Amino acid sequence: MKRITRWAISLMACAGLATAGAAELRIGVMTTLSGSQAVPGVDMRDGIELAVKQLSGKVGGQPTSVMVADDQFNPGAAKQVAERLVKKDKVQVLTGIIYSNILLAAAPVALENGSIYLTSNAGPSQYAGAQCDSGFFSVSWQNDGVHEAAGKYAQDKDYKRVVLIAPNYPAGRDATTGFKRFFKGEVVDELYPKLGQLDFAVEIARLREQKPDAVYFFLPGGMGINFTKQYRAAGISDKTVLVTSQFSADQDTFAASGDAMLGVYNTGHWSTDTNNAQSREFVAGFEKAYGRLPSFYASQGYDAIMMIDAAVRAAGGNVDDPKALRKALSESQFKSVRGKFSLGANRFPVQDFFVRVVTRDPKGRLYNKTESLVLSNHADAYGAACTQK
Amino acid sequence: MLWIEQLLNGLQYSLMLFLFAAGLTLVFGIMNLVNLAHGSLYMLGAYAAAALTAFSGSYIAGLFGALLFMAVFGAALEILLIRRLYRQDHLTQVLATFALILIFNESVRIIWGVQPLPYDMPAALSGSVPIAGDLRYSAYRLALIVVGIVVALLLYWMVARTRVGMWVRAGASNREMVQMMGVNVRWLFTAIFALGAAFSGLAGAALAPLMSVQVGMGEEVLILAFVVVVVGGVGSIRGAFIAALLVGMVDSLGRAWLPGALGRVLPSQIASDLGPALASMSVYLLMIVVLAVRPLGLFAPGAASLIPKWMRLRHSPVLARTTTGKVAS
Repeated sequence: MKRITRWAISLMACAGLATAGAAELRIGVMTTLSGSQAVPGVDMRDGIELAVKQLSGKVGGQPTSVMVADDQFNPGAAKQVAERLVKKDKVQVLTGIIYSNILLAAAPVALENGSIYLTSNAGPSQYAGAQCDSGFFSVSWQNDGVHEAAGKYAQDKDYKRVVLIAPNYPAGRDATTGFKRFFKGEVVDELYPKLGQLDFAVEIARLREQKPDAVYFFLPGGMGINFTKQYRAAGISDKTVLVTSQFSADQDTFAASGDAMLGVYNTGHWSTDTNNAQSREFVAGFEKAYGRLPSFYASQGYDAIMMIDAAVRAAGGNVDDPKALRKALSESQFKSVRGKFSLGANRFPVQDFFVRVVTRDPKGRLYNKTESLVLSNHADAYGAACTQK
Repeated sequence: MLWIEQLLNGLQYSLMLFLFAAGLTLVFGIMNLVNLAHGSLYMLGAYAAAALTAFSGSYIAGLFGALLFMAVFGAALEILLIRRLYRQDHLTQVLATFALILIFNESVRIIWGVQPLPYDMPAALSGSVPIAGDLRYSAYRLALIVVGIVVALLLYWMVARTRVGMWVRAGASNREMVQMMGVNVRWLFTAIFALGAAFSGLAGAALAPLMSVQVGMGEEVLILAFVVVVVGGVGSIRGAFIAALLVGMVDSLGRAWLPGALGRVLPSQIASDLGPALASMSVYLLMIVVLAVRPLGLFAPGAASLIPKWMRLRHSPVLARTTTGKVAS
């Protein structure tokens, strides 16, 4: 599975121009492209490829080669792939990982060898807090962000009784912790099904009995699709509101969930209807290139390339000077599809979170309609523990 | 009311588990073949049903089309490949059928892409029906229970009352003897494998509207199915049925009540950590207990019977206990 694609086009273009002294920018993209967890990874890759294409293959104005590799959703394999990208291909920047467990295995490889790791999805608390590193940047969010926003939303809506559902693994516990950080009402019950559980009849029966005002579920990928379909079929009263985050309700799940997702409230930092020039350009370009609407994963991949682009320009194209590149990244002022964007002292974004509701667009497709701002200029809870400024 | 609903949930889960495990136990018990690709047949059943329903516009046509397709597919797979594996040792079988998982998964990705397929339940069954008092239950899950019971009865009748069924039972307890008696084992095996594929495909197709139809969906259910097969006794349909009920009920009821029950006796912090962990372990604890007491499983053909003499099947000389009765694997 050593699938590596290179952008030869950019190299050829630049040979033609023969720019004197132009240093090559090498970006490693490692993401999950095979197996049952590959849907987000494919969107990530497509978002990245679109951004590189829109920059005519020259990120930061430099000749660029992008190396795409599959982490196989396997931390051991991911570490090896990262070593190949960092040591053999000598990428200056590594990006693209979807899952936290993969990131925790692979990011150290880049950091220990002086490369930059720019996370375009997973944001484990370790790297936002005590383990933070001057070479580690985030263009996405710290993992708790959307859950905190959901907790704030439930609090703002004045829901009195809420049930939480998350898989029984570290990120699931982080999700409920994040939610409870901002929700002050009564948490009636916390359900922790096994990671990968497919049938939620038991949990749904309990919800029917408990009659909460709202259910907050963090069930990534197929789990969330199954839960929503089964919940709708169970005929539970409309008085209970379904609330989730972009991890369960976004373009990557709508095709499979169908109408079951209609009306689900969820939190996120960007949606296909986010109203600014770069977002409109991204959505239109993505639809034209791939014939579908982009998920937030694709938007983050796109943003990662745009962030590198701005930083390389700010560093005067000096891609082989890690110090200059890091400084430029931390002061990054690029135009994100989410609108305003800035990094905190721990190099994780300080950003707005919104609540969206799943709606049908004029063409009959499902999309997230942005409802309102929930958290403004939100920074994560771990930054204080970050000592490496 | 909650307990009625949880019992129905457990029953529905058990019956689907039985549909899936029935083929696995027959193939394992009679052909002595460890078929890891059984989960892929479940996935293919779901994909076939989703694709055929989308193509024909009719849920019924999609379901029966998928069933037929899976039977033909199973027969073809047996003739082309599986047949060659019977004489090999288990390691070779595991390697070959594991390779099949990879091939099927990648083929599905090439044909349908990585995105899960949309597949909705028929409109007539998409609501819920009143059961008792103010309890409402999903009409589709109720239909699954009915289908599960009908298929289980059909299979029981076939195995217990027909000639083919007699060969199947005989094959499970002593394969060589059946061959010596002049049964065409080659075609019997093809038929059994096709039947197992059709049942597995039916489980996949029937559950698909409640699940996301995606690559790798068969692997999760495969492990539980092996638990059912081992607990029930390899090769025994009746064992698979009882074990599926046990496993399904223990899993559902464990998830339903264990965390709450623990919360009453332990501090809430410990209970919230321990409850979900214990609930997901409960099935395996059940397996350990059963295997400790009956190492061959509850109803292994050829092993000492659990059933009192007067309750045993009549007219089945091949099931009579023999001193040479040995169990496959």
